[in-house]
Amino acid sequence: MGELRLMKGNEVIAEAAIRCGCDAYFGYPITPQSEVMETLMAREPWNQTGMVVLQAESEVASINMVYGAAGAGKKVMTSSSSPGISLMAEGISYIAGAELPCVIVNVQRGGPGLGTIQPSQADYFQSTKGGGHGDYRLIVLAPASVQEMHDFVGLAFELAFKYRNPAMILADGAIGQMMEKVELGEFVARQTTEQVDAQYGSWATTGKKKSRAKNVITSLELDSALMEQNNLRFQEKYRKMQQDEVSFEAIRCEDADYVLVAFGSSARICQKSVELARAKGIKVGLLRPITLFPFPSEPIARLAKQVKGFMTVEMNAGQMIEDVRLAVNCAGERNPVHYFGRLGGIIPTPGEVVEALEQKLIGG
Amino acid sequence: MTEEIIIAGFGGQGVLSMGKILAYSGVMQGQEVTWFPSYGPEMRGGTANVTVILSDNRISSPILHEFDTAIILNQQSLDKFEAEVKPGGTLLYDPNGIVHPPTRTDINIYKIEGTKIAADMGNVKTFNMVVLGAFLKAKPIVALESIRKGLEKSLPERHHKLIPMNLQAIEAGQQQMEEVHII
Repeated sequence: MGELRLMKGNEVIAEAAIRCGCDAYFGYPITPQSEVMETLMAREPWNQTGMVVLQAESEVASINMVYGAAGAGKKVMTSSSSPGISLMAEGISYIAGAELPCVIVNVQRGGPGLGTIQPSQADYFQSTKGGGHGDYRLIVLAPASVQEMHDFVGLAFELAFKYRNPAMILADGAIGQMMEKVELGEFVARQTTEQVDAQYGSWATTGKKKSRAKNVITSLELDSALMEQNNLRFQEKYRKMQQDEVSFEAIRCEDADYVLVAFGSSARICQKSVELARAKGIKVGLLRPITLFPFPSEPIARLAKQVKGFMTVEMNAGQMIEDVRLAVNCAGERNPVHYFGRLGGIIPTPGEVVEALEQKLIGG
Repeated sequence: MTEEIIIAGFGGQGVLSMGKILAYSGVMQGQEVTWFPSYGPEMRGGTANVTVILSDNRISSPILHEFDTAIILNQQSLDKFEAEVKPGGTLLYDPNGIVHPPTRTDINIYKIEGTKIAADMGNVKTFNMVVLGAFLKAKPIVALESIRKGLEKSLPERHHKLIPMNLQAIEAGQQQMEEVHII
């Protein structure tokens, strides 16, 4: 068993990055995720693993530093919170367009605009359906515990390199600020220049040898016929992700009449709501998407044949509900899909969720 | 065993660190724990609270609307959280600054003169440990030994000399906690 610690979600992101052999972190402070860089700076990993940690002058600079390092085949990451991610959107689109791997952590706060520093999940659309311009997708992982904040750093890097695509860890202020027991992973050595060259030499700009052609990192292609081919290749990649990488957790769904669909901290709240509702004799289950893209449409479609209705619980005005409805309706089912949520940094309580469930699904 | 606790008071009273020590002690005993703070622009003098859960099983929600125990350190927190204690649950408070004491008859109420005891012991900063001691008298969910281990693990080496003083404060709290009977 690995080392056990009591840590904040934000702190553990930093620790997991060091331990999984991350080469560099570039970022700019913003509440509620500032502990990520704070922890990295305190840990001084440059003395231990040689990892670079740099506070850039802005989010725009951070993401472009990520772009540059990713082009060299390095394991590189950044983190921010909602308004900061908006600033990074252009860079993220470029990285997706240039087909480079990197990890972006978004510890969401309430918006729009500067909004609030309290937890929110209002960046679901931004993360799963674009954010920046162009037909691209991010791999989006939604941790629901401090342990998953740890585990998903390594996983996000793995997927990012597998698909040469940016991966996002979509957390929120609640998971970032809360402490839980966490089992830390073993230290994995950073890759040597030779290892990077051997694995990613076909695309990474690791220094051109006479033996190979130039590697060009760019998202620009002025020839539309070629640009269309690029886009088709991207789409194929996203289809492959949908086929192979969907991840979810189903809790007490086997005999459920009603199913809650929630991710991240909302899913934790819903777990308690399931316990409370079950104690009242209501057969409720919870489906927790772990990957938001690719979205677990099939498991939802399967459940649609069994249950009387769904209710999404989100800390936004109802964003994921669109994907749940699509999943249900595309399977030819007509189950009601309701939404319950709180906005602007207010966290719903387990009791409120049960009340909403009784009113909307059972009463309605 | 699952114990769902809210600790609430003024920022600067050591609310968050009391919760952290409790959570660390749970980890030392092999339990699952969550520590969820109110965070925000409020700082010293404002209100602060933290939800701490210790359990032998996987913990569902770190965010709750009702609690097994409320540890209350100022009037605002008492006004807010007295109603959120589960029937049959526990409310512990420090009467310092409380003008409207708790009134519920369906819960167990205890008080601890934490501010006074800590001052008498010559270190007002151990106030939160006195209160923690009182809580452990009412609900002995973690052993003193686990707390000592938790303090060792969570405090930097240079502060380890303060551990005996903190343990004394906890013991003082355990001894001087009083049960309150609402008639």
